[in-house]
Amino acid sequence: MLENLLVQGLSGLASASSLFLVASGLTVIFGVTRIVNFAHGSLYMLGAYLAWTLVTGLPRGHLGFWGGVLGAALIVGVVGVLIEVLLLRRIYKAPELFQLLATFGVVLIVQDVALLVWGPQDLLGPRAPGLRGATEVFSVRFPLYELFLISVGPVVLVLLWLLFHRTRWGTLVRAATADREMVGALGVNQRMLFTTVFFLGAFLAGLGGALQLPRESVNLQMDLAVIAEAFVVVVIGGLGSLPGAFLAALLLGQMQAFGILIFPKITLVLAFLVMAVVLVVRPHGLLGKAPSTQHAAGPVEPLLRPSPREVRLLGWGLLALAVAVPPFLGDYALIVLTEIAVMMLFAASLHFIMGPGGMASFGHAAYFGLGAYGAALLVKHFAAPMELGLLAAPFAAGLAGVVFGWFCVRLSGVYAAMLTLAFAQIAWSAAFQWTELTGGDNGVLGVWPSGWASDKLTFYYLALALCTGATLLLRRAIFSPFGYALRAGRDSPLRAEAIGMDGFRIRWFAFVLAAVAAGIAGGVFAYAKGSVFPTYMAIPRSVDALLMVLLGGVQTVSGPIVGALAYTWLHEQLMRLFELWRLFLGGVILALVLFFPQGLAGAIGRRGGRE
Amino acid sequence: MLLDLREVHAHYGRAHILQGVTLSVAPGEVLALLGRNGAGKSTTMKAIMGLVRPSGGEVRFEGTDLAGREPHEIARAGIGYVPEERRIFTELTVAENLSVGRRPPRAGLEPWSEARIFEIFPPLAAMRARAGGRMSGGEQQMLTIGRTLMGNPRLLLLDEPSEGLAPVIVERMADAILRLKREGLTVLLSEQNLHFARIVADRAAVLEKGRIRWEGAMDALMADDAARAEFLAV
Ligand SMILES: Nc1ncnc2c1ncn2[C@@H]1O[C@H](COP(=O)(O)OP(=O)(O)OP(=O)(O)O)[C@@H](O)[C@H]1O
Ligand SMILES: [Mg+2]
Repeated sequence: MLENLLVQGLSGLASASSLFLVASGLTVIFGVTRIVNFAHGSLYMLGAYLAWTLVTGLPRGHLGFWGGVLGAALIVGVVGVLIEVLLLRRIYKAPELFQLLATFGVVLIVQDVALLVWGPQDLLGPRAPGLRGATEVFSVRFPLYELFLISVGPVVLVLLWLLFHRTRWGTLVRAATADREMVGALGVNQRMLFTTVFFLGAFLAGLGGALQLPRESVNLQMDLAVIAEAFVVVVIGGLGSLPGAFLAALLLGQMQAFGILIFPKITLVLAFLVMAVVLVVRPHGLLGKAPSTQHAAGPVEPLLRPSPREVRLLGWGLLALAVAVPPFLGDYALIVLTEIAVMMLFAASLHFIMGPGGMASFGHAAYFGLGAYGAALLVKHFAAPMELGLLAAPFAAGLAGVVFGWFCVRLSGVYAAMLTLAFAQIAWSAAFQWTELTGGDNGVLGVWPSGWASDKLTFYYLALALCTGATLLLRRAIFSPFGYALRAGRDSPLRAEAIGMDGFRIRWFAFVLAAVAAGIAGGVFAYAKGSVFPTYMAIPRSVDALLMVLLGGVQTVSGPIVGALAYTWLHEQLMRLFELWRLFLGGVILALVLFFPQGLAGAIGRRGGRE
Repeated sequence: MLLDLREVHAHYGRAHILQGVTLSVAPGEVLALLGRNGAGKSTTMKAIMGLVRPSGGEVRFEGTDLAGREPHEIARAGIGYVPEERRIFTELTVAENLSVGRRPPRAGLEPWSEARIFEIFPPLAAMRARAGGRMSGGEQQMLTIGRTLMGNPRLLLLDEPSEGLAPVIVERMADAILRLKREGLTVLLSEQNLHFARIVADRAAVLEKGRIRWEGAMDALMADDAARAEFLAV
């Protein structure tokens, strides 16, 4: 038994190393450029795939295993430089949300490129020469390669420390992390600094991925799995702190190693618990510092105004059409219309916390998906009727909103965005791994509406009523005293606190409300499709919601409705026309970010005059 | 002239801060840029440095137009900037702070080194390994000037070096600036402390509401009670 624990502990240390490589790159890049690189997991995945190709694809003895690993890391470093030079360099001044979204676009593109190049099947890597065997550790056999990996983490930590404290480049990077502008005024070319930092960060991620080759198969899920973990590591360790990242990686590695013994199916739940405890005790992470507000005064968001009369009339007109026309439509059109109604509510719920609340969520699909599962699990395990399922949906999502929201609304900006994404990934992996409860990848089938609503037209009307009703209630809330308090807290948190408003509670409540609304959308969606899958909570669906909101404009009340209409239609067309829709979608995101860095709504508002 | 500003305008958002600043700095002189709080002294320096994009007018250094240049290019061209808030890298040691400012030697100037900085600011020598965040205001002021000197500038923009310092330290600062001047450095100095400006400056230019309202020899300003009352009295 004791030996077993020892082995678990050692293998936890081994996985901590790769995690640290990824998280350290993330942290270093963030420190200097203030960009959270969501594509960092993709670089890790690329590292693994490239190493596989270099090691197995080239004629024997050409590069060898170690040459292949190093070569892959270097190539990934160059890919990082390309991303920095071609994309990020143009948007360093854009709003945070757009930067996050841009790196998200890269995630989508890399996924499809990897699919194209390496195919959908898992690839098995070779063993490392010289480290094939196992050794006895306290009379337990333990693979040599694992021992080697364990040493990689501390070695890299020491090397990085030397690099940052014993070279002028490192001094410049640390100075730029504190005050970029001043470093520029002293004659340092920030561009070169940013590009080299990106190279280092990407190289580390690539190395982390390449070193996994002998340990586990290479697959297309690696990117998001590792980025969620890296976010957790960075949040626990403190953004910007390398020793913090190291400590947190060790902690998380151990949690996962021992989690297998305790909760074999949902190891990420333990990570979540650790993160929860750390954030309560030290809100900025183990070794992190409060972010300085020195040079971070962002522009004040414009006020949300009620829609003008014409827009409102148009809205009622559309609703009238949505009620009057469907009896004359076929089943396919009804299905699409039902989906649009659902997406409208989903987008409106995200808009509610992003616009009036001023918090970006990169994991809103969690609440959508939990709503869907809330209904589906009742059906699966208790054969509950639809009415009950639809009630359970907002309840399940709201409950998650209460728990996750309590953490997320304490943080702001990129921290909050990272945390929402990590939570969504945790929810996703629970649904994915906990096969007994959720059916895992196969999902839950047979989630059909009750008899009276089983006809497509009736169900459409039901969906329309629920979704429109909930959307209108959300809009009401924006202009209620509660909504004003929420916006006051967003625009001048200190002043709002000074006049006695409890900003935390208000934001928390808004978060829960948004989760409940997303849950309703998810529940309706489950019955519309007749089935529920883990993908309902996956990151692409969170991105869908973000894109809908951004397309419509964050600071317009009718935005999410317009955005949902446009996006659902576009998405439908894309999926039908293109096999590689992720690639296409990623391209669209990049185009959006590069050409409208102030947002579509901002671009239109700017027509009036410059500055 | 080493530096020429012609009709320079600058905005912060909608606020029109510099409304046509025209001034010149001759090689080897110390020009004091005076004016009340909010007159636009710091903004003028930032506009020269490219930290604030001028919305009109022209800034020329050694005859070349600086329009559109990035701050790091302007620094490399030979302008050193010492900000009012000092902006020391608090996590870095004194030696590291100095090393961030280091640039290659410039033709015709004796290159700055750590040793030479410590010669002008002896207190720094004893705290080479101390973190910038754990220094007094006066020590930080010495460090921020030293850091900029490490870039071997021809022209030094000094934004209120005497602000918030004890009188003894202010005098030491004045000595240091006079010494730099003897060694041939040109200085544009923003000041509120008239006593300090009088010791170190040859000429003065007085800003009010983003315009130069008075220009002439430092002594002439000290003799002109009416001008001082109009533009400087609080
Ligand atoms: N970042 C900024 N955003 C908006 N307005 C600013 C900003 N910095 C300065 N201002 C405004 O510009 C005007 C000029 O400021 P500046 O700092 O140039 O004055 P100054 O002459 O240096 O004053 P002081 O002697 O107090 O340092 C002031 O009215 C100030 O309020
Ligand atoms: Mg000033």
